[in-house]
Amino acid sequence: MEFELNCPLPLRHDTIQLAHGGGGRIMRELLESVMLPAFSNEALDARHDSALLELGGARLAFTTDTYVVQPRFFPGGNIGELAVYGTVNDLAMGGARPQYLSVGMVLEEGYPIEELRRVVAAMREAAAACGVCFVTGDTKVVDRGKGDGIFINTAGIGLVPPGVDIGPHRVKPGDAILVSGDVGRHGIAVMSVREGLSFETPIESDCAPVHRLASALLEGGVEVHCLRDPTRGGLASVLNEIATDAHAGIEAVESDIPVAEGVAGACEMLGLDPFYVACEGRMVAFVPGDQAERALDLLRAVRGGEGAARIGTVTAEDPGTVFLRTTLGTKRILDLLSGEQLPRIC
Amino acid sequence: MKFLDEYRNGDVARQFVEAIRREVTRPWNLMEVCGGQTHSIVRYGLDELLPESVHLIHGPGCPVCVTPVELIDKAVAIAARPEVIFCSFGDMLRVPGTASDLFGVKSRGGDVRIVYSPLDCLKIAEDHPDKQVVFFAVGFETTAPANAMSVFEARRRGLSNYSILVSHVLVPPALEAILASPQRRVDGFLAAGHVCTIMGTREYEPLARKHKVPIVVAGFEPVDLLQAIHMLVRQLEEGRCDVENQYDRLVKEEGNRPAQELIRSVFQVRDRAWRGIGVIPGSGLGLRGEYASFDAETRFDVGLVGGPESTECRSGLVLQGIIKPHECPAFGTLCTPDHPLGATMVSNEGACAAYYRYRRHGLGGK
Repeated sequence: MEFELNCPLPLRHDTIQLAHGGGGRIMRELLESVMLPAFSNEALDARHDSALLELGGARLAFTTDTYVVQPRFFPGGNIGELAVYGTVNDLAMGGARPQYLSVGMVLEEGYPIEELRRVVAAMREAAAACGVCFVTGDTKVVDRGKGDGIFINTAGIGLVPPGVDIGPHRVKPGDAILVSGDVGRHGIAVMSVREGLSFETPIESDCAPVHRLASALLEGGVEVHCLRDPTRGGLASVLNEIATDAHAGIEAVESDIPVAEGVAGACEMLGLDPFYVACEGRMVAFVPGDQAERALDLLRAVRGGEGAARIGTVTAEDPGTVFLRTTLGTKRILDLLSGEQLPRIC
Repeated sequence: MKFLDEYRNGDVARQFVEAIRREVTRPWNLMEVCGGQTHSIVRYGLDELLPESVHLIHGPGCPVCVTPVELIDKAVAIAARPEVIFCSFGDMLRVPGTASDLFGVKSRGGDVRIVYSPLDCLKIAEDHPDKQVVFFAVGFETTAPANAMSVFEARRRGLSNYSILVSHVLVPPALEAILASPQRRVDGFLAAGHVCTIMGTREYEPLARKHKVPIVVAGFEPVDLLQAIHMLVRQLEEGRCDVENQYDRLVKEEGNRPAQELIRSVFQVRDRAWRGIGVIPGSGLGLRGEYASFDAETRFDVGLVGGPESTECRSGLVLQGIIKPHECPAFGTLCTPDHPLGATMVSNEGACAAYYRYRRHGLGGK
């Protein structure tokens, strides 16, 4: 029998693919080849969750995010709450106290006003819970079929207290890596509705604000080096971003990363890795190794931080690479995904 | 998690590694057949735990990887038609055809959907009587029963707008081809547990006898694989070539009889081309005559599409276990998950993707 050895030519994308929004390497490439060169400046190039700006003597954090989640209502939350918490969280990850938000809505012709009321009410409650308010906004309507019910953009600003300096540039070998709770809930909650999967115990999104977790560390006197909230691309993507931007190595310990049993079970069934599944109410903190225990105590005392855990350490070896110590004691790469995770065949 | 944690237990795993170390006296080349097993091995670094003399070779058991490019091109052509809703398991959407993948079709306006079961497609077909719903029926014996059931049900319900694009392959003929190849270097096989859940273990006995090769049916968790490797090494050291079953919590000797009957009633054995390998006689399934009207290849006359493939990709050698992924010159440079040259770099079960994802640093080990 003869064996032919053949394979196709590489595929280049000349149009936007869904994977360009997946939080993985393809999205990073798009940002680096199209967006960043066009807009480059010092604040943007820092590539943190929010930009740090000096304005009239004050230090402001400024950020924006757009919410297109489908389904718009899912176990544990909805698009309105996400649009508030997501932006509040990005501000908090810069060490800021979130204060003012803007909102832009793109509504599709035919979208029920009754649902819009529910979304807006959810946004109002979420904003009140975070101590922020909407101070400006915009509404546009597009033809039926040109939108997906409702898209929401929010932007936010907050004051950064004097002395606070948070970002990948401060991460250094020996730092402990903490996560504020179990990972992957939001992605699985949304997927379960989207795909009509049902589980014995429904998995609820972790959708929540994390600014109180951040301020607990800062006000508790922990020397916080970096904060990130893992969203698209999950915990693994955050660790990879920090390893790259901080030119540091990371070693995470698989058995120390909290994953709820229901999330782990759903991931097993679907062939997904929970470390890449989205969260919407978790925080990853980089703090000096000798302050890790105190930081964990502070986090665990805050609502939403009860499940905080130390999951790894920053190392000097292999800058830019994240390693995972497996449950068998072996070591493997925890890579940035190319695009989105796809459920497997069998 | 019950039934999983105990098979990922580090202490139990180390006991099997110790037992293998104690008993092995000379080098052995073992092939794990299934891509799911390959991923488990690389993900948990099992090959790093094993003694130098136990060498793991990654087999062809990745359905996405072996689906011929002509069929991907056909899928792309069918999916691009305006009257078609094209349904597939998620894995297949990123596999490059000659000019496009299925995600590309979707981005150009095609209705391409990910489903978790072919039976979901019947619902879609019933909900869209004005559309043609096509399911990309790929896979080994594991997915064949559900795919057969979808066609069986479609006929029973009189659904005239459902068809499947079939690319089903079978494990034993592929093992036969690997064993018959002059480049053979496999001393024993870890057979794919899930395939055997359906088919049982008996069809492996003629192979073991004819080629004097031991075969152990193995599960997918680290402890499963280490226990199966231990069983295989013990057979080799004792000079036996039996079919043994490590995955007996799921696999029975006779397999799943109703599922086998369903496969036989809807499909018949035919020759199949394997991407990167070539045509293997009797290595696949096609629809039987009475179900021919559900065959998307005849329903949509897309003719021969596509062109020649590049020769830079060595996935054929990888799929036969002749080279390891990182021994391909294109690995990690010309060929990455973002710009794959071959399907082995795309699939969740592809060996190249496993190496790239879990260990592209410090390669050059075993």
